[in-house]
Amino acid sequence: MATRLVEVQNLKKWFPIKGGVFATTVASVRAVDEVSFFIDQGETLSLVGESGSGKTTTGRTMLKLLQPTSGKIIYKGKDITNLTPNQMRPLRRNMQIMFQDPYGSLNPRMPVGDIIQEPLDVHSIGTRKERRQAVATMMETVGLRPEYEKRYPHEFSGGQRQRIGVARALVINPELLVLDEPISALDVSIQSQIINLLQELQQRLNLTYLFIAHDLAVVRHMSDRVAVMYLGKIVETADNDELFDHPLHPYTQALLSAVPVPDPEVKRERIILQGDVPSPVNPPSGCHFRTRCPYAMPICKEQEPLVIEVAPGHTVACHLLTKK
Amino acid sequence: MAEKVIEAKKKGQKKSSEDYTYVGMVFHRLTRHKLAMVGAFMLIFILLFVFVGPLVWRANPNEQIEGLEGMFNVPSRAHPMGTDDYGRDVLARMFFGGRISLFIGFISAITSTLIGALVGLVAGYYGGWADDLLMRFTDAMLSIPTFPLLIALASVLGKGVWQIILVIVIFGWMVDARLVRGLVLSLKEQEYVEAAHAIGASANRIMWRHLFPNTLAVLIVSTTIGIGGAIIYEASISFLGFGVQAPFASWGNMLQNAQQFIWNSPRLIIYPGLAIFMTVLGFNFFGDGLRDAIDPKLKL
Amino acid sequence: MDNREVLVDIKNLRTFFYTEDGVVPAVDGIDLTIHRGEVVGLVGESGCGKSVTALSILRLIPNPPGKIIGGEIFFHGQDLLKKNEEEMRMIRGDKISMIFQEPMTSLNPVYTIGDQISEAITLHQKIDGAESKKRTIEMIHLVGIPEPERRFSQYPHEMSGGMRQRVMIAMALSSNPELLISDEATTALDVTIQAQILDLMRGLQKKLGMAILIITHNLAVVAEMAETISIAYAGKIVESASAKETFKSPRHPYTYGLLQSIPKFTEKKTNEPLPAIEGMVPSPYHMPKGCRFNPRCPFATEKCREEEPEILELTPGHLVRCFYPIES
Repeated sequence: MATRLVEVQNLKKWFPIKGGVFATTVASVRAVDEVSFFIDQGETLSLVGESGSGKTTTGRTMLKLLQPTSGKIIYKGKDITNLTPNQMRPLRRNMQIMFQDPYGSLNPRMPVGDIIQEPLDVHSIGTRKERRQAVATMMETVGLRPEYEKRYPHEFSGGQRQRIGVARALVINPELLVLDEPISALDVSIQSQIINLLQELQQRLNLTYLFIAHDLAVVRHMSDRVAVMYLGKIVETADNDELFDHPLHPYTQALLSAVPVPDPEVKRERIILQGDVPSPVNPPSGCHFRTRCPYAMPICKEQEPLVIEVAPGHTVACHLLTKK
Repeated sequence: MAEKVIEAKKKGQKKSSEDYTYVGMVFHRLTRHKLAMVGAFMLIFILLFVFVGPLVWRANPNEQIEGLEGMFNVPSRAHPMGTDDYGRDVLARMFFGGRISLFIGFISAITSTLIGALVGLVAGYYGGWADDLLMRFTDAMLSIPTFPLLIALASVLGKGVWQIILVIVIFGWMVDARLVRGLVLSLKEQEYVEAAHAIGASANRIMWRHLFPNTLAVLIVSTTIGIGGAIIYEASISFLGFGVQAPFASWGNMLQNAQQFIWNSPRLIIYPGLAIFMTVLGFNFFGDGLRDAIDPKLKL
Repeated sequence: MDNREVLVDIKNLRTFFYTEDGVVPAVDGIDLTIHRGEVVGLVGESGCGKSVTALSILRLIPNPPGKIIGGEIFFHGQDLLKKNEEEMRMIRGDKISMIFQEPMTSLNPVYTIGDQISEAITLHQKIDGAESKKRTIEMIHLVGIPEPERRFSQYPHEMSGGMRQRVMIAMALSSNPELLISDEATTALDVTIQAQILDLMRGLQKKLGMAILIITHNLAVVAEMAETISIAYAGKIVESASAKETFKSPRHPYTYGLLQSIPKFTEKKTNEPLPAIEGMVPSPYHMPKGCRFNPRCPFATEKCREEEPEILELTPGHLVRCFYPIES
């Protein structure tokens, strides 16, 4: 029986837009609009979606890097939603994040050894000597030469900087790691190296991953379960194979059909979606996807579809399926 | 670490950059920066001039030579820089005036930069009401007309070097506050700051370990500019009873005083003017070098 | 054998960059042929020289620090490298057009998109006023933007990324060019938008009959779009073949390694690690001796470390630069 590590219930993160003379809130960017999911210990849940889907904001809000507007975040049975930054601090040992941008995520004025050591310093773990040793070990683990600890970030390549990012995230032995598009900014041949590293580390250190990505081939390779997001909502969640073999939500179907495949002989049956993604400030009423959905019905305009479990572990939010 | 250095020295090898401490590394990089070295030499020369000078050339800077023959003397054995309108030895006045000006200039520039940086850092980082409060205060200070405030302070504070420094700082910190706040607002959005949050770093740690070092480049430049400004400023407030009072010399008041004698004795302007010029330039060059030396991306 | 007329023939192109830190041999002996109406893919990772090749064709290399120091680029039999700036300007945007990765920075934010497309039309077709506005609206419609009359007066920031890319395409195609160069034009787009744009490009290519040079690092995109593919590595072409041949029987260890290492969208998850290529792309200031791929090549021998292989035609139409090409 798998232990539930993290559970997110009806999470909302709205960003206020201020306007007018008195700077009142005139509208909100509904980045995350009532999202629910869970992650079991040791598994990889991927959050996929395109720009404006809210996947990045979800990851950050789950870690309380952003304060949720409403909803609940439960970590190992404990409700952490309303903990203050001071109360969160000890918990941060257990949950870390790895960023997308190999250039912006490392302080350019700190030597990489210090960057990797910082989590240990912040949480006062070990003696000075022990910390330096931990850094050296971590660097070796991620495939960097420990002698390079005094070098600065700009002396490393993109792939190496991502390795530094991983080392920093893992040096305090967290349980949960949020990976925010960790390989998108890297060259193709380096991506595979980092993917392998992440998987090896997960097995070795028994890590749980929330993998945020838009590259579906990578998602298929890495995930145990996948949640598809559109305009702040999760439209479908399922096990890896189940989602890719039997996508039920029209958006998921369109998304999967759009992925190009490195095989010139394969003719893709594309579902081309019309129009553009609506603005998250003013999402369509009812189902957010209805303006681009090839199967939109009148009810889609009036009512938001509820999330229902169509098969064990496979949930969808779509009126097409509610009918059944 | 120490063994490595000793080993390298024994073998006569060059140390790699990885063997230096942070301060050692900055120093090493500074010595390779041409402009910084030029600036350093200029400053060293000036410092030697004002501190060692009086040991070599002993004359009383305030002693007046009576009579017309004592005034505006051209440089001679007796007075290598001539005499001023009171028959005082200019060279001696340059020594002692220099000490005061350098002291006031340096201390007030650094202090106002640090205070401004602190205000800007806190306002920029915390935002919200702290930001509003601090920035409105800064704005208020900037809008107060300096003249009436100076008069008020003059009556309260009295005379003296520390009072001068205080006044310069009171009127100087705001510029840095706004500068740093703006910089911090944009730095705050950098992902490595977010990463520090994610690790659980405290506000203090983020401000001083992550934000402040990235504002140093700007602060160094601001300080070097401020030194020259402070030296001149000291002179310009002297008529209010602030500043160094006659008969004591500062480069600022020597310069100011000499303006009326531009036709009689232009050298009275040139000496302090040149000295201030060299000082400001020296600090600027050195400051640029320091800024470059602490930037790890710059190859030196 | 391709019976179509040869449109662009790049022979031994060498474009170097002279920087403070040293010389960067960005393009070091690239050969490429594009036939009339052909879709050619130029694939590679950072530092391979693909974008520099495109810029070299249009003579848009910033000088300093870049310089085309050798080779020939024949367009309709005439060497573009021998033309002067005036002549090149007649070709750019007219006979050869280019679209880039970031439409937001390629479009001027203070002019409406209608004005910008019209400008391209006026410049090359010597029509203006009502006539060019009409043509502009036709173009906006051609690239699949709904309500073209309304969109004419919109500004770039009022449009989404996909729309802006369509505007770029409209501008590029307004003069009916013979060659469209697309430099990572879909890389920054969401996958559903990318699908739309690729669809559009395919449709327009059939309709207008132009050749396209697709430059990308995305093997899947090039599999979909290109007839012929050239793989670039560290400034040289290492393999060139038909799309089918490239994917079915890659002969160069780099191509082979790349294809093996990318996660397969159509395959179920195994827990096996990906067969990744070790090492990194070489620093342009320190190119390895011999074959540029040798430090990362699992099959490298002493010969590979000493000598640089020449490009050979293994089977008709399939070129490889390797001493020990992989068996098909």
